[in-house]
Amino acid sequence: MNNRMTALFETKKENILNIYFTAGYPNIDDTVTIIKQLEHSGADLIEVGIPYSDPLADGPTIQESGTAALKNGFTLKLLFEQIREARKTANVPLILMGYVNQLMQFGVEKFVAQCADSGVDGLIIPDLPPNVFEKEYKELFAKHNLSFTFLVTPNTSDERIKMLDSLSTGFLYIVSSAAITGAKSGISEEQIAYFKRISSLISSPKLIGFGISDNETFTTACTYAEGAIIGSAFIKMLSKEGVAGIDGYIQSVRG
Amino acid sequence: MSEKYKVSEDGYYGEFGGAWVPEMLYKNVEELQNNYIQIIESAEFQDEFRSLLSEYCGRPTPLTFAKRMSEKYNTQIFLKREDLNHTGSHKLNNAIGQILLAKRLGKKRIIAETGAGQHGVATATVCALMNIPCIVYMGEVDIARQQPNVKRMEMLGAEVRPALSGSRTLKDATNEAIRHWIANPEDYYLIGSAIGFHPYPDMVAKFQSIISEEMRVQLKTKTGKETPDVVIACVGGGSNAVGAFYHFLDDEPVQLIEAEAAGLGIDSGKSAATSILGTEGIIHGCRTLLMQTEDGQIVEPHSISAGLDYPGIGPLHAHLIKTGRAKVVPVTDAQALEAAFILTRTEGIIPALESSHALAVLEQVTFKPTDVVVVNISGRGDKDMDTYIKAMHAND
Repeated sequence: MNNRMTALFETKKENILNIYFTAGYPNIDDTVTIIKQLEHSGADLIEVGIPYSDPLADGPTIQESGTAALKNGFTLKLLFEQIREARKTANVPLILMGYVNQLMQFGVEKFVAQCADSGVDGLIIPDLPPNVFEKEYKELFAKHNLSFTFLVTPNTSDERIKMLDSLSTGFLYIVSSAAITGAKSGISEEQIAYFKRISSLISSPKLIGFGISDNETFTTACTYAEGAIIGSAFIKMLSKEGVAGIDGYIQSVRG
Repeated sequence: MSEKYKVSEDGYYGEFGGAWVPEMLYKNVEELQNNYIQIIESAEFQDEFRSLLSEYCGRPTPLTFAKRMSEKYNTQIFLKREDLNHTGSHKLNNAIGQILLAKRLGKKRIIAETGAGQHGVATATVCALMNIPCIVYMGEVDIARQQPNVKRMEMLGAEVRPALSGSRTLKDATNEAIRHWIANPEDYYLIGSAIGFHPYPDMVAKFQSIISEEMRVQLKTKTGKETPDVVIACVGGGSNAVGAFYHFLDDEPVQLIEAEAAGLGIDSGKSAATSILGTEGIIHGCRTLLMQTEDGQIVEPHSISAGLDYPGIGPLHAHLIKTGRAKVVPVTDAQALEAAFILTRTEGIIPALESSHALAVLEQVTFKPTDVVVVNISGRGDKDMDTYIKAMHAND
């Protein structure tokens, strides 16, 4: 079967909205509802965060949602069941974001087989180094039709950006500033120069993340990339309004 | 050192180690990887490092022959006295080394993590000495149980920031320090144990290796032989142990024993015996053994000693244990407390709770009367007086 994410990037070149949420939050059974509602409201791509005890690259909002999900009784087994359930109707591309220790302990082969079987299209594992990916994971992910996304930051050298671009099989995740998730909001002149520099170097589709929260920041980001990723701001909204707030939020971001 | 125990170019000891870090940290880690060897091996660096170790720390620390302990256990026991190092533990050796490196890299602010507070105090101390601002992350739970060290850090001018995430102990203080570094890449992260991503485990090992370097010279004078039969050290992340073992790694007849914190007992569910209960995985950017659930969630350990309360173990130790070069002896909270009182009342030395785990091995393992056994006393017990006072009253 075709990779839904690859198909998305082939047909849509602008204003791609990628929403990140933490599985099993606010309630353990919300995962399926959130996926369906996000697709219905017009998210192009959904990143499902796997709750983790030690999420190094994430700020307080995502950490707290993960801690709450673990308290709710989250397990990987349950996650794959929920994705299977959502896939009965949802056709939106789904990406899992987690940390490499979770794959190792579950068993990498078993993990990717479950991904393929349940209908996952791609993975983001921020602490999987590119050299290890190339040597040990690339072939395995490809065999299960899973794309893999690398992060690029303002401190990544031109040469390394090109290397990550050539290794990436999904989109490149453009981290907007030196920060953990949810830290800053708004986009500066300096960041715009950085976005332009990246565009001149790579061929993969780009989505800008970190600091995107509303229509203004989403629109600005979409000027310099195929789309943008909203995570912490969406989770904050969910904490306040629950799943009932999803449609209103997505419409406000789209403007 | 032979290739067997030396770190590989990409930061591995056998299958353990590496630098499993998010892209946001790549540039910082690369800067360190590319420069640390050249800087710390330069004559100019070594001169300043050695001079501070001697003039400021008061090194070499003595290797004390423990006469009454030797009689009690019917073997030849020597104590390596890191408790007499300035600030009261071995932690200062590494802090001095890394602050000199940070200065040469042009860094303007230092961050660190701490559990019991010993590394935090050592870092705050070198920052005061070098006039560099210092932020120490410490779990909220540890802040409450190690108040004297919090006050020492503050008196030294450091800012102590509580880690409020997760279980609010050492593991989470380390997470917060790493997150701080991601958001403030111009700072220098001064890690306190032989853990984390390459090159930290190797760098910390090199700075702490002064412990076994001195032991060889001192043993030669005292016993006529540079090598002992046994070296015993406690291991949490494993910085004092790596320092005590380093110059003996290639001397295969020297038996290396790691005392691991078994808490309330290996099977109690309240333990920090990582090499026994742990499985392979990634913690703080390092592939090693760690305590985790079936789903890969990192488990909060338990030990009476805040310094051993870590769910992972340094990658070199994981390698030494896996290859059989080092042997692990689990020590419970109660056994460590008992050992602290034995040393105090036979030799007049109050050891840190961490070091008491190493001493407790003497109760569990029988050595030959002629064996030369070195126990590394990684720190002094002043910070643990509350726990010791409670134990005394429990025995009343």
